Amino acid sequence: MLVSINWLKQYIDLDDITPEELAEKITKSGIEVDSAEPIVDQIKNVVVGYVKSCEKHPNADKLNLCQVDVGDEELQIICGAPNVQAGQKVAVAKPGARLPGGMKIKKAKLRGVESQGMICSLQELGIDDKFVQKEFSDGIFVFADDVEVGEDAIERLNLNDTILELELTPNRSDCLSMIGVAYEVAAILGKDIKLPEVAIDYVDDAATDHVQVRVETPELNPYYGAFIIRNIQVGPSPLWMQNRLIAAGIRPINNVVDITNYVLLEYGQPLHAFDYDRFGSKEVVVRTAEKDEKIQTLDDVERTLSEDHLVITNGKEPVAIAGVMGGADSEVNDETTTVLLEAAYFDSLSVRKAAKDHQLRSEASIRFEKGVDPNRVKEAGLRACQLLEQYAGGEVLSGVAEFNGLDVTEEVVTFTSDQINRVLGTEIKADEMEDIITKLRFSCERDGNQFKVTVPTRRGDISIVEDMVEEIARIFGYDNLPYTLPEGAGQAGRLTEKQQLKRKIHQYLQGSGLNESWTYSLTTEERSGLLVSPEVREQEPVPVQLAMPMSESHSHLRLSLLPELLASLQYNIARKQNDLALYEMGSICINHDKTVTKQPAEQLRLSGALTGLWMNHPWQQEKKPVDFYVVKGILEGLFEFVQINGVQFEAGEVDGIHPGRCAVIKVKGDTIGFLGQLHPALQEEYDLKDTYVFDLNLDKMYEYIEKEERYQPIPRYPSISQDLAFVVDEQVPSSNLLQAIKDAGGSYLQKVEVFDVYQGEHMEEGKKSIAYSLLFQNPEATLTDEEVDQAREEIIQTVKEKFNAQLRG
Amino acid sequence: MKERLEELRNEALEKVEKAENIKELQDVRVSYLGKKGPITEVLRGMGKLPAEERPVIGQLANDVRESIARAIEDKQTELEKEALEQRLREETIDVTLPGRPNQVGGPHLLTKLIQEIEDLFIGMGFEVAEGPEVETDYYNFEALNLPKGHPARDMQDSFYITEEILMRTHTSPVQARTMEKHEGKGPVKIICPGKVYRRDTDDATHSHQFTQIEGLFVDKNVRMSDLKGVLNTFAKKMFGEDREIRLRPSFFPFTEPSVEMDISCKICRGEGCSVCKGTGWIEILGAGMVHPNVLRMAGFDPDVYNGFAFGMGPERIAMLKYGIDDIRHFYINDVRFLKQFHQA
Repeated sequence: MLVSINWLKQYIDLDDITPEELAEKITKSGIEVDSAEPIVDQIKNVVVGYVKSCEKHPNADKLNLCQVDVGDEELQIICGAPNVQAGQKVAVAKPGARLPGGMKIKKAKLRGVESQGMICSLQELGIDDKFVQKEFSDGIFVFADDVEVGEDAIERLNLNDTILELELTPNRSDCLSMIGVAYEVAAILGKDIKLPEVAIDYVDDAATDHVQVRVETPELNPYYGAFIIRNIQVGPSPLWMQNRLIAAGIRPINNVVDITNYVLLEYGQPLHAFDYDRFGSKEVVVRTAEKDEKIQTLDDVERTLSEDHLVITNGKEPVAIAGVMGGADSEVNDETTTVLLEAAYFDSLSVRKAAKDHQLRSEASIRFEKGVDPNRVKEAGLRACQLLEQYAGGEVLSGVAEFNGLDVTEEVVTFTSDQINRVLGTEIKADEMEDIITKLRFSCERDGNQFKVTVPTRRGDISIVEDMVEEIARIFGYDNLPYTLPEGAGQAGRLTEKQQLKRKIHQYLQGSGLNESWTYSLTTEERSGLLVSPEVREQEPVPVQLAMPMSESHSHLRLSLLPELLASLQYNIARKQNDLALYEMGSICINHDKTVTKQPAEQLRLSGALTGLWMNHPWQQEKKPVDFYVVKGILEGLFEFVQINGVQFEAGEVDGIHPGRCAVIKVKGDTIGFLGQLHPALQEEYDLKDTYVFDLNLDKMYEYIEKEERYQPIPRYPSISQDLAFVVDEQVPSSNLLQAIKDAGGSYLQKVEVFDVYQGEHMEEGKKSIAYSLLFQNPEATLTDEEVDQAREEIIQTVKEKFNAQLRG
Repeated sequence: MKERLEELRNEALEKVEKAENIKELQDVRVSYLGKKGPITEVLRGMGKLPAEERPVIGQLANDVRESIARAIEDKQTELEKEALEQRLREETIDVTLPGRPNQVGGPHLLTKLIQEIEDLFIGMGFEVAEGPEVETDYYNFEALNLPKGHPARDMQDSFYITEEILMRTHTSPVQARTMEKHEGKGPVKIICPGKVYRRDTDDATHSHQFTQIEGLFVDKNVRMSDLKGVLNTFAKKMFGEDREIRLRPSFFPFTEPSVEMDISCKICRGEGCSVCKGTGWIEILGAGMVHPNVLRMAGFDPDVYNGFAFGMGPERIAMLKYGIDDIRHFYINDVRFLKQFHQA
């Protein structure tokens, strides 16, 4: 809502406050003032001049030489505007004047002739082209005859105004009107308010003899009033009215349209003027449209209606979409002499639907959508009648043809001052509260600290005590609220174990060199089903699809974080960032049905993607690209860090992963994720070189954490280490061999580690050698060689039986 | 004989002095002090001396021996020291060459900021509550006093999956769910961080996915001044002790009264600048006293309990705090962006 300070001054005395101070006060009391700016910049020394004569410039065809009386002197001005003529009253920028945009006016010679100033167009005075009436759009502005020569044109054209731009929250639609703003400002400043006095000199002829009103859908249109004004002379509206419309961002058109717009701005009540003679009948019938019924609206677009749309008809066909836009056939034009003026209350949802369907959000529809004041509908109609009488030569017929089923009851809220103070934490006295309520112009009955407040219908947002708490608090001032901290028993806050786990994982992965990333949860249809971990895949999930996505790239919910994480790698590589280690913690959404019927389950996952060099230390010739074992090491460290024991990596297969470099990760036989190299085909699709990924089910990981931490005594007796190398078939997984060694090694075998793997020269085809280092320890005594030898023999025998493993000499 | 011993002493001491390394020194020791050395030989000829001279010569011979041995010892220490110095000189490296790089990763700025905010509120006795991102219409809207047909829940603004299921548009449903779990008994004191989704076209200031942190405190006798106090504590800890807050009335369907909280602009200290658009204040979060309808729907009696709630956008806070100019940076994962926020 754009509020002209000059206009506002008509209702309230603002002489002792600057627009900036006012803006600050309004903002602090409830309505954010986005800006408080002069309507035009830095303008001065522009006066009304009278063009006494206008002749062709002796040396230029397109220029005119004008003698202009500006009151205290006569100026010779050269003017190039095609519409300049002797006898006009015009806006003259005198030498020394300043115009918006920083232009300074000086005496100058134009083609050998002196020019002592400039006759201005409205655009030159800083008014936006879109507000300039057609007749002046290509030339200078010409005043009507009612201005005095020499008077300040800046004031006449309202160029000394300041405009406040109010950012209204949906509940404050009362301030979509100048009167509403005046009430608000009066309450904030504690001032009186002057409302327009509506007095009409009715002619002795009843409106009801000329029009009837029938409403078929009273729930959508509880009030419809039709006024008749005849002998209208359509022409320009008075300059002050045009100025105010421009200040509010509305283009002046003609007096009839301008008056309806003016009242819309003043009262917040949209009105519509029909040409009575072209209305098509003497009956207004309001109903819902029939399916596929057509109307040509006044923007000359043919619109197809539906049953959702409320229409005004002449009994036969629609003449307006209620609250949205009138029809072209009954539009007021230059020949109009009798006006049928509509003042109505339309249901907000119905107007919203129609405005949206036809993409016609207007000043009018916005106000209906937010709800207009039921007590001001008819009053606004009368105000328009008065203005039509005054400024369009109209004669107002007595009475109004109306349908009236409008509820105009006012809400009553009762409370005590203690109640308000308890919620606010304040000690506002009952007298002060009463004063605030009076400033708001709500009627109030008070008995001690008991209040009974009747809220005027213009404030439709107030109906419960909490609403009154807000009204009192905002006028009292939130700055005046004390700072307190909650009373009562203190409560200890802490993270849950799972939340702590998440932080621990972040800490570990970041310390291990991975960068945390955040990708979008919504992805493409194709990516939504890509790289799904086996334990998710086996549930046969169907990716969840949005009903109305905004683009194909964000249409489906993901089943894996990896596809978008890979896109992040791709993005970086395209920018020459080649060595990358990213991870993300985020949810996937698991739905089992083709069509979603219930809220799908969500699962927290931890995924990572690494490519390029893992370590790069060139001057000491150390360079290591990321490989499977780098990533596996990171994960093994992670499981150790968060205390998940017994994790197994088994060769497995996952779609999109290199079949020979893929491990399914299990704990106690339960799959919790996978690790592997991206399949070359997929790598190519993403323009990636060798890339390794992992994906873990964090919810499951949490279940397998060993929460108990116990002390183990530090061994006091020496340990004995032994190395054993076995030759086995190359298919035998080293972890199987290792497990067998552990199982056979007896209770003193503390640790087994692979220290060498060999295949190739001096080795039989299809065989490999794996060397293990074994550590034996007896926590209670010094081990004997016999004990170790016995265990060693047991191991050799066992692996020979199980894997046909030969001890390598 | 006496002369011979003195001669030997001088000769030996000279050789010790000249020795350039341990080996040469060892040779001197062997040749002069060894069993076949000249001093031993001199002593062997002592029998020919008169008895009264023997002790004198014996004494002298021992002196010579000792002085040579001492000289060798001193020289040895000196040589060893030199050798060590030599070794240290040879082992000198260029300490200015770069070290073997250790991989250092870091948190995403949003995680970092959210944890920081979580910790601030945990310090004030709040707990962290989480909830689903795919929500029901009931928890996302209805339970929050946004009945069907309310303008703020336009289909155009939310990602619906079905008529009843949608991507949550704020983290407030977590508040409703948590309150329900408390079965009408306070206090409830939580903050709810999480991802939210709205039908916005992505550009520098809009994102179809972003994060929110909402807070809720429901108890008996919660005052609006408590909200002001808690937010003030938060703002000072988060943005600096010298920052001021102000509350401005606002509107949210789930709170009444509703306010917006501004903090004083750090750049201009309230004078007005381009960052705060000349107002001296920067909008940080929305808050208010929980609407009685919201309490009622979650099973709390609004005549007994009341509370406050607040909500803020970590992206906005991050953008203000770090001067980030494009919200898309948070979701593109350009490592040159990610690596700027590694310091813990």
